[in-house]
Amino acid sequence: MSVWYALCDNLPFEMLHWDFMKNALLALIIMAPLFGLCSTMIVTGKMSFFSDALGHSAFTGIAIGSICGIAAPAWFSVIFAVVFALLFSYVKSRSNQTADTIIGVFSSGAVALGIFIATFGGGSFTKYNKYLIGDILSVTPAEIGSLAVVLACVILFWLFLNNRLTLSAVYPNLAASRGIPVEWTQAIFTTAIAVVVTLSISWVGLLILNSLLVLPGAAARNVAKNLRQYHLFSVLNALIAGLVGLTLSYIWGVSAGASIALVLTLIYGFSFLFRKVRM
Amino acid sequence: MNIGTHGGSCGHSCCLRINNLTVTIGSQKILSNVNMHVHCGELVALIGPNGAGKSTLIKAILGQQEFEGVISFSAPGERNRKAKIGYVPQSPIFDPGDPVTVADLFACCMSKQPAFLGISKKMREKILCCMDRVNACDLIDKRVGTLSGGELQRVLLALALEPLPNILILDEPLSGVDVEGMQSLMDMLDQIRQEYDLSILMTTHDFSMLPTYANQVVLIEQKVISQGTPAEVLASNEFQDVFHRKGGV
Repeated sequence: MSVWYALCDNLPFEMLHWDFMKNALLALIIMAPLFGLCSTMIVTGKMSFFSDALGHSAFTGIAIGSICGIAAPAWFSVIFAVVFALLFSYVKSRSNQTADTIIGVFSSGAVALGIFIATFGGGSFTKYNKYLIGDILSVTPAEIGSLAVVLACVILFWLFLNNRLTLSAVYPNLAASRGIPVEWTQAIFTTAIAVVVTLSISWVGLLILNSLLVLPGAAARNVAKNLRQYHLFSVLNALIAGLVGLTLSYIWGVSAGASIALVLTLIYGFSFLFRKVRM
Repeated sequence: MNIGTHGGSCGHSCCLRINNLTVTIGSQKILSNVNMHVHCGELVALIGPNGAGKSTLIKAILGQQEFEGVISFSAPGERNRKAKIGYVPQSPIFDPGDPVTVADLFACCMSKQPAFLGISKKMREKILCCMDRVNACDLIDKRVGTLSGGELQRVLLALALEPLPNILILDEPLSGVDVEGMQSLMDMLDQIRQEYDLSILMTTHDFSMLPTYANQVVLIEQKVISQGTPAEVLASNEFQDVFHRKGGV
């Protein structure tokens, strides 16, 4: 961290004189490829609504962890979200109802359970606000370390499984005929997303999280011609939105998560216009 | 009709024998005591009404469906060989917005290197070689979601031919393809069958191509109700009963 701090001190930006801004910037630089990569597969796999439901389940896990007095509710929440993701995959593969209906069931059930537990016995909901809105400025060096480990795992996962995941998402029949265990591949992917979502929720916030998981890929999809461009543009979108959003939040004193999501929405708007011109 | 160099004999892995095959899903019997034989170098058409069990039979051959009975790829009395099966699934509707090119699709299937990092020159040449088999090199950089029915079938066929299989199985390859496309696809299948000396099993609802291209037609409805040459099956009473119209359409 001292190298990073020294580097930031040499940059001519006033906002980087504060340690919490240096931490936030580093966290965002790590989160950009994380969200950028996950976003491509979430959009291709038509799982935007699912990642939102995962955010709700993560919040519920944190609420349960807090009530049970577990020291690090975030890790309890990771376990809860993984169980939620696997249970969803199991029910989806064995139900004849459409995925959006099953997601609706899981999502509303999870959020209701979270609020029920958080307010049990007249408890206050206020202490959970940070999980709803998020605060990237409160990220600690230890948490940045956890994010870096998650990023490394996601990159490894992508290098080994991306071809299978892409094929399972765009053409499950062909994937199955080529010996790819489609159900397992998708279950592993949803588990990975559950971990990413849960670890990021306290910094980004439940309300903003889904936009970060959907918008970079959605915008990239408007302009990319192939898989390589799709992933590259998605990561760049997340990175640009992270840097611009953090700067704007410093200048105007607004929520960093909301600024980042708004910049991403603007990027999506531009990509949409460019797409229209290109067509 | 010209049959491949094995001349319809069955000493090779391109021979498919199905004996007493029964598939039960839950309490429902989908297929019952199916017996059929695809000789080496033959094109066999599997026909039947919707829900007759055609797709289930294909899944059983591909090993994706549990069954009772025997599926073997050798002559009787011989040790069962392993056959390489090329499979062309029913044409999916790809999302036109997916930024997945034909080259990306091939790379995802054929390469261990992640396609999202780009496709190497060597892999691109290999893909072009595959596409050349179906005269579709010009489609390599097109998005799969923007291909026409006929173009998509050719791409899927090229994919099924890598690695070169002993038996090629196609599920409804003619659906969503216009008449001209059908003719050119069937010509291509005929040429591939002879050039690469493989057997072809395909399901279809279009019977107009059968007399010209199929060596054998198998009509199923839970069980095999008629099999033989296209002329025999299309003229049979069973065919007329099943489809409520005269044969040879």
